[in-house]
Amino acid sequence: METNKISKVDLIFEHIDPREVLTKACGMSGEEIIEEILASGLKGRGGAGFPTGMKWKFCSQEKEETKYIICNADEGEPGTFKDREILDRVAYKVFIGMAIAGRAIGAKKGIIYLRGEYKFLLPQLRMELDGFHKMIEEIGCEFEIDFRLGSGAYICGEESALFESIEGKRGEPRNKPPYPTASGLFGKPTVINNVETLVNSVIIIKYGSESYKKMGTQFSTGAKVFSVSGDTAIPGIYELELGMSLLEFVKEFGDGDTKAVQVGGAAGFCVPRKLFASTVIGFEGVPTGGSMKLFNSSRSMYNVLHNYLEFFNEESCGQCTPCRVGCQQLLRGVESVKKGESKSTYLNELVKLSDSMKIASKCGLGQSVGNAFNSIVENFREEIIY
Amino acid sequence: MKKNKMVNLKINNQPVSVPEGTMILEAAQKLNINIPTLCNHDDLCVAGNCRVCVVEQKDARVLAAACAQPVAEGMDIHTNSLKVRNARKHVVELLLSEHRADCTKCYRNQNCELQELANEFSFGDHIFLDLVGEHEQLIDRTSASIIKDDSKCIRCQRCVRTCSALQRVSAIAVSGKGSEMKISTFLDRPISHVVCTNCGQCVNRCPTGALTEKNYIDYVWDAIYDPKKHVVVQTAPAVRVGLGEDLGYDPGERVTGKMVTALRQLGFDSVLDTDFSADLTIMEEGTELLTRLKKALVDGDKETVLPMYTSCSPGWIKFIEHKYPEMLKNLSTCKSPQQMFGALAKTYYADKREINPEDIVSVSIMPCTAKKFEANRPEMRDSGYKDVDYVLTTREFAVMIKQAGLDFRTLEPSRYDSLMGDSTGAAAIFGATGGVMEAAIRTAYEIVTGKPVPFENLNITPVRGMEGVKEASLKIEGCVDEWSFLEGAELNVAIAHGLTNADKVMNAISKGEANYHFVEIMACPGGCIGGGGQPIPTNMAIRQKRIDAIYAEDMALPVRKSHENPEIVQIYNDFLEKPNSHKAHELLHTHYVERVRY
Repeated sequence: METNKISKVDLIFEHIDPREVLTKACGMSGEEIIEEILASGLKGRGGAGFPTGMKWKFCSQEKEETKYIICNADEGEPGTFKDREILDRVAYKVFIGMAIAGRAIGAKKGIIYLRGEYKFLLPQLRMELDGFHKMIEEIGCEFEIDFRLGSGAYICGEESALFESIEGKRGEPRNKPPYPTASGLFGKPTVINNVETLVNSVIIIKYGSESYKKMGTQFSTGAKVFSVSGDTAIPGIYELELGMSLLEFVKEFGDGDTKAVQVGGAAGFCVPRKLFASTVIGFEGVPTGGSMKLFNSSRSMYNVLHNYLEFFNEESCGQCTPCRVGCQQLLRGVESVKKGESKSTYLNELVKLSDSMKIASKCGLGQSVGNAFNSIVENFREEIIY
Repeated sequence: MKKNKMVNLKINNQPVSVPEGTMILEAAQKLNINIPTLCNHDDLCVAGNCRVCVVEQKDARVLAAACAQPVAEGMDIHTNSLKVRNARKHVVELLLSEHRADCTKCYRNQNCELQELANEFSFGDHIFLDLVGEHEQLIDRTSASIIKDDSKCIRCQRCVRTCSALQRVSAIAVSGKGSEMKISTFLDRPISHVVCTNCGQCVNRCPTGALTEKNYIDYVWDAIYDPKKHVVVQTAPAVRVGLGEDLGYDPGERVTGKMVTALRQLGFDSVLDTDFSADLTIMEEGTELLTRLKKALVDGDKETVLPMYTSCSPGWIKFIEHKYPEMLKNLSTCKSPQQMFGALAKTYYADKREINPEDIVSVSIMPCTAKKFEANRPEMRDSGYKDVDYVLTTREFAVMIKQAGLDFRTLEPSRYDSLMGDSTGAAAIFGATGGVMEAAIRTAYEIVTGKPVPFENLNITPVRGMEGVKEASLKIEGCVDEWSFLEGAELNVAIAHGLTNADKVMNAISKGEANYHFVEIMACPGGCIGGGGQPIPTNMAIRQKRIDAIYAEDMALPVRKSHENPEIVQIYNDFLEKPNSHKAHELLHTHYVERVRY
């Protein structure tokens, strides 16, 4: 595709013969699977974009007997609702993806950590899981999946906090290293992937990495499911090739008055209209876990920022100083500037603070608060002050 | 032993080679490069929470917490780059913004790790808004021992790690998240109504004034200046080897004589010694043990259970009351030395000195915060009065010395007053883990065999040392007639210090995996010398120095066996008749209660 154009595809939700792809995967060795995933250039679809093949490779090299595959279905990023749709419509592909990952690294046990608010999906998922267990047994492959429910904390989507939560402890991120591939759930080597990443691995095994790579760009291969919301006439779930420009995206989904797009949810970046043309949606530009929120000129960017900061203020786990206190300071800081209690130049101090939070926080939550903060303050400074 | 692989890295351009698994912080220490820390503590597991120790690693996207990041080959670390300085300054400023910096009124003024960091990183105007007012400011004063002030808490979680890992009590834990995150108790109950053992180990490790002991200094001054009151003071064995640290001495300095002089100059009417009642404890507890052994092993009395646990440590007492109430019958009924002393101060001492016990104020100086709770137990009024009126920690005592303007270093050493001031080396070692055991064996063995314990210089080395759980066996040979049933018997003992170790021993015993006759347990690491009321800071090296001083104190004393203390002989002749007599039971023994499990 031309790199900046919109190109819709239908691979994630396309119905396939589960037995066929599972049989194919079970016929491949772990190394062969990893080679294929590495060749595809697949990167994590949860937002951070770590190369999936590398993750699997690291974990496959660990000598432990017990290993785990975790499916991160704690979809909590504001404005992201694609994993719910995937689990609702093609859960069997998620199960197969986990089995493929399990085969790749030598794990026989998988756990789906399901967002607490998605509990309503559970009866249906359990039924489908029974079918999967039966099928994989018939094929002669060994892999078992179970569910764990989250309890509503955003931080439990962070991989190590998620492990703590499954282990029955308070969901707080761990120090890294050690990384999950070496020491994850219950201290065992663990691969943790997003729902959509796992489904992508099924697509790659079914169609081959060569054909997969034809989608997207060199650094952002494949397609991605986007959750489109905000000021658009057609909100919803769309599967699009990576690498389009934000301008093309806005042309397709905007209402003609789009002034900014928040790419990647609260933890992502706010891109103003003047940068639409030069912004690529992908790992070489602005990455996203899927959330695309459009704002038109009727929206106050102060309110948008305030909303995000309130969110972080509540959802920080609170263990590290930069995130726990930093979020409170950013929130109270913009409030006091807005009320005229602090000088507008205080915003400069807050930007410096958010820069420190980016590099000094313990986990990805605190490190990404500054993304939204800085991009909104830099581009909509007057809306924050006046 | 397998030698660890060495890793080469550079810190501030200086090469260093350290074993694999070493944290950046330790590697830097090897080069004498100081990296500031706050949540890190030698006694606790790594947290990486406060982020004060962040350092820059070349080509890394984010800074690394030096306390939590292991070294890697070829690392190029900078501990003082601009990025690092800015981040550190921000971290300190953020902590100050959520901390009620009431420094001049704070009990920890000038001994506060946050204050030190603030001096270094954040002088001048505050950058950020004050957040203290945003939070509900509740100060929990419900405990007799510990005050918890959330407005001074910087959420480093040292206390949480202390309570869960070091003590396996988990009375305090983290609750809430984000701006609501705080250190809390089960369902936010008052600290007096949860499993808190009052051990005060959290107080010892709190970097700020968020956790402090309940302070009774002014009550004691009031008593001293009340002409109608006769104020007696007792000092625990561990105080004399710890006090110096709060008065400018290096750890491990024995200041016994100067301390006695200081007490006199503060105005106490009689300066007496808990070591006296420690010797008394040995007489009572040793006799109780021998009686229990006879009942259980010879008479086959089903009501008498073994092993017998020591009962000197009030933190330990509360722990077993909460966690193992089914084993309360294994606890020695002996009161702790502090409480034995208190009961005698208002009976025996009052009689002998012809003072109305109503006019006696009994003060004790303890290395311990749990003793404050113990003194307030309703059971502790056997003299007809409150046996011990006020308990001060070593730290509070040091404050009084400073308040009185005494130049401690130039004080002439002096001796304790008589009647309840004489003591032995056996009592001195009560302050160290294994000490009660050693003192008990020195006396019990001699009672049973008529001969001193078969160890060089009476030093029963197998029960000494910093190992968490120690075990020893002693073969009893050559018994005198009265104890001939013990001939050839092997006495199995165990010693644990720190409640996690105590819990391990208790687990083994309740599962039937261990077969002991006598078990000494101290709530605090290292025993009383590591008590929650001792000078701050504490760590393994400091505790070891205090222990060395305790054993030096033992060796320096002319009498080293409790039963040879002349004042002990006298009190049994004049007042108590014999160990475990009816009178002794009335005044010196107690009972225990079952408590909540949360």
